[in-house]
Amino acid sequence: MPGITTDDDGESGGSQTGNPSDGTASDDGGIQIDMISAERMDGMRTMEKIRLILDGVHDGNIVILEQGLSPEEESKLIEVTMSEINPDGFTGIEIETYPGKTNNDGGFFGRLIGNSETNKLTVIGPANRIETLHKDETLISTLVTRT
Amino acid sequence: MGLLTSLKSSISRATTSLFAGSEPKRIGIYGPPNAGKTTLANRIARDWTGDAVGPESHVPHETRRARRKENVEIKRNGKSVTIDVVDTPGVTTKVDYKEFLEHDIEKEDAVRRSREATEGVAEAMHWLREDVDGVIYVLDSAEDPFTQVNTMLIGIIESQNLPVLIFANKIDLEDSNVQRIANAFPQHETVPLSALEGENMDEVYDKIAEYFG
Repeated sequence: MPGITTDDDGESGGSQTGNPSDGTASDDGGIQIDMISAERMDGMRTMEKIRLILDGVHDGNIVILEQGLSPEEESKLIEVTMSEINPDGFTGIEIETYPGKTNNDGGFFGRLIGNSETNKLTVIGPANRIETLHKDETLISTLVTRT
Repeated sequence: MGLLTSLKSSISRATTSLFAGSEPKRIGIYGPPNAGKTTLANRIARDWTGDAVGPESHVPHETRRARRKENVEIKRNGKSVTIDVVDTPGVTTKVDYKEFLEHDIEKEDAVRRSREATEGVAEAMHWLREDVDGVIYVLDSAEDPFTQVNTMLIGIIESQNLPVLIFANKIDLEDSNVQRIANAFPQHETVPLSALEGENMDEVYDKIAEYFG
């Protein structure tokens, strides 16, 4: 039974910009899942969000974002992830969101007012521990391993 | 007053036209690893300049630096369009040097390739955010297009308001399914082709001229 910790609004421990993976849930061989609320991410700058995600992933945790990243933030996440890949350890991330039907629904104006991209559940984990089994417009099925 | 306004407008149009005619658009060729981006870049460059852009390979991440072929002049229907073709490394969220070992590459070389590949992906993202005027997104039509990298990259391209064409490559393969790609990204035009065999290149060049001219 995997260990699950959640951090829904920043009140359950840690600073607002701190790493929610400060707990020791994974130390007993379980898998820690950090569920990060939209509210917690709202006040953060791009690099704060990326650090929050990647610090958790480096610890072997699965990070679930209630509200996903903007395209610009996703682009930065890929770039920073690449810079941290190490042949002897970290091999990158697996990330899944539902295909964005909203991409064009709001058109240019929608994107301009920030109405189109980020309202999507996002699952991120270490590439060597999470594998996508199935994905379509309505279902993401993943296999998470302990090593 | 009206004359002055008219004169300024004319000068503005002339200036715009001058720059539009003299500065080639930088068109980035993007997509996941092994979609055939370099094969396409080479096909375009060879067809219109006689030179290649870079080496092609079935080994993932053969292109680990963005390569540019400048001033590729494509002539269609009596008009000419000049573009700079930027062949970019395949974008991914993970790179494991062990994957290179499966292609009979020694560990030391595999580690070096993986390090260069990560730098190349980061460089490709940087180009996408700041240095391209349009995107050709290349997909292997024999593979499932519903991947996270494709979803994210198309989203990033759309957020930059860049013109984009989706090329369903490798239609010469038995498992090719162009409609699956068209269904995955219905908001964009999908053009089938085989860059390797040179199939449907007339339509490819028509669309490049139409979208990026």
